[in-house]
Amino acid sequence: MSEVKSKEFQSASKAALNDKGLQRLLGRVVHGFADLRDAAVEEVTEPVWEQLRERARSIKQQTLANLDYYLELVDKSVTRNGGHVHFAKDADEANKIVLEIAKRHDVKRVVKSKSMVSEEMGINQVLEANGIEPVETDLGEYIIQLAKETPFHISAPALHKSREQVSDLFHDWLKSQPTNEIEELCRIARDELRDKFATADMGITGANFIVAETGTVMLVTNEGNGRMTTSAPRVLVTLAGMEKVVPALEDLATFIRLLPRSATGQRISAYTTFLGGPRSATDEDGPEEYHLVLVDNGRMNVLKDPEMREVLQCIRCGACLNTCPVYQKVGGHAYGWVYSGPIGAILTPLLVGMDEGKELPFASSLCGACKDVCPVKIDIPRLLLRLRGRATEGGNGVKGSAPWIQKLMVRRWFSSVKTRQAMNRSAKLGRLLQRPVARGGRIKRIPLPMVSGWTQQRDFPALAPKSFSEVWRDSLDKP
Amino acid sequence: MHQTRRGRQSIKASLFITCTIDQFYPQVGEAVVKVLRRLGVDVNFPEAQTCCGQPFFNGGYRQEAKDLARRFLDVFDGNDYVIVPSGSCGSMVRSFYSELFADHADALARAEDLASRTYEFSEFIVNVLEVTDVGASFAGKVTYHDACHLLRELHVEDQPRSLIQAVKGVELVEMEASQACCGFGGLFSVKFPHISTAILDSKLQSIEASGADVVVANDSGCLMQMGGAMSRRNMKAKPMHLAELLAQEGGRA
Repeated sequence: MSEVKSKEFQSASKAALNDKGLQRLLGRVVHGFADLRDAAVEEVTEPVWEQLRERARSIKQQTLANLDYYLELVDKSVTRNGGHVHFAKDADEANKIVLEIAKRHDVKRVVKSKSMVSEEMGINQVLEANGIEPVETDLGEYIIQLAKETPFHISAPALHKSREQVSDLFHDWLKSQPTNEIEELCRIARDELRDKFATADMGITGANFIVAETGTVMLVTNEGNGRMTTSAPRVLVTLAGMEKVVPALEDLATFIRLLPRSATGQRISAYTTFLGGPRSATDEDGPEEYHLVLVDNGRMNVLKDPEMREVLQCIRCGACLNTCPVYQKVGGHAYGWVYSGPIGAILTPLLVGMDEGKELPFASSLCGACKDVCPVKIDIPRLLLRLRGRATEGGNGVKGSAPWIQKLMVRRWFSSVKTRQAMNRSAKLGRLLQRPVARGGRIKRIPLPMVSGWTQQRDFPALAPKSFSEVWRDSLDKP
Repeated sequence: MHQTRRGRQSIKASLFITCTIDQFYPQVGEAVVKVLRRLGVDVNFPEAQTCCGQPFFNGGYRQEAKDLARRFLDVFDGNDYVIVPSGSCGSMVRSFYSELFADHADALARAEDLASRTYEFSEFIVNVLEVTDVGASFAGKVTYHDACHLLRELHVEDQPRSLIQAVKGVELVEMEASQACCGFGGLFSVKFPHISTAILDSKLQSIEASGADVVVANDSGCLMQMGGAMSRRNMKAKPMHLAELLAQEGGRA
């Protein structure tokens, strides 16, 4: 499994806020995606969009409720198409399956189209360690592969790289001439990748959707690299999370209307590729051998968890990231694992474990903008709240781990609001204690651990001389 | 939910004033009383009320939240409307008590009954009393900040705007991204002050660019957040709760 650094959210988010170049890019690009999405929804009209979301949610819910059945159906359908289906319980097992296929075919070079589950697996490192060259062919993924980084965004992995930085990377690794022209940068990458496609022994793709009744995998891409990956190499492997299944081909009609609009504001992606088996006797191209690897990696536990199951409806569009005020400020790397933003704050603790991921559910103002844009209507704030409960108090196999000092302060606070009398007593004490720091109804510095950060850039209001309840009793009760 | 417009004299309502208003901004509570009485509402303040439990719930302290929520159900037992000048505390009662009591049938039924009687302040005036002009007057340029829970949990968006527009002398100007979060988020603003204030920066820029003298919100959390930075930075605009604006009789910015 790929490395997890989610415990460092606090420091990583500070570093991101101090990175001026990053802040400039974030301000422009992330809002840009959100605006494009809003315009695309407006064009469809709100009521139609709402119907589509409702249908998508219901398809996903019904599929998840019978996932065993649909996974068996996928197995049958892909086998009928002449492909091979593998089930992997975790990242290690998935990596072993892919490696074994690669070794059997004496693979030296692999071209990859975009796959988030492959990021979970950390497959590139595994291939490299075994003398196989993995080449990312999605431009964004290619850039971060050269930079040896992880995706900054679910659908736009190199969103944080400026054209200057990309030019420098290409210069360092590909010996190209520096340029600020985006077209020229694309040309450099295309030249480089064209040769890789032509000489790769194996292709690896992700899957946006897998149709159970036909064994069809749908890929949504914008660069044509998906189609090259699926047609040029002699062996093809699709990696997919087990939740990617939909029952029937017609279901794709719903999702193809939702996914590109939510991700980039496009009516439809530039390329929509369908695959699901090796070439047939009459096909002129396509792989000679086809494998579908269905990866669990924690998903089955989520499936058995009714409070959290709906997160498996996610179609990885990234709309929740684009609209999230926290993501807009700190970007993707601060979240410390493959998935970032609001959905990452749910997926990381669930797939990697609460020990590693417990900071993330708290890294949200719970504004709910994510829920409003989610194309499959995942109630993200509610799931974050449930995870907070588990992180603090424990539950569902998680041990509660709130810091003792926080628990102490919360207990104090709790006893001070348990009754009106207690609240009045605490207020009286508070008014006494605030005297040295309160001026003109404001406190400019709170000299207390854990809360002093509040007043670094903001004044805190002083407790009023009389609470409302006292005002009520003194003068308002009898009008 | 409420079938007919009843005679105003007969409308009885209990105020849920929220801890923040009770302790930090009592003038907001006074304004709520003044406006509602002006509209003929028979206002009651159950004095035993304390906290609805939201900060504990949001921090993951569900047991504490449950204890406070049960207490809250007792305090606001009965048939009266409950009016709350906060979208956030209002959504705790209306949206999240049912989550908290999902496995407690007795409390759940009581929570659902309470939810059906609970209204945010502006929502109550516009939807229940069917009033938009509350007889206030105030000279100044006002911009409205959509508090997140009010907007996205209670779906209150137009009501505050129509109330503001009906105030004599007020010019309502929309700021850029009025629906963007101010970065408060309760405990979030304490745990991640650097992110919270970075989000706030964008909000303050929008307020400044609107040229407004006053930024109105229906949540004292947002007002604490925005107001705290506005005073620190000596900004021209001042924060004001909607109730305070509606209580004005000839005030100016």
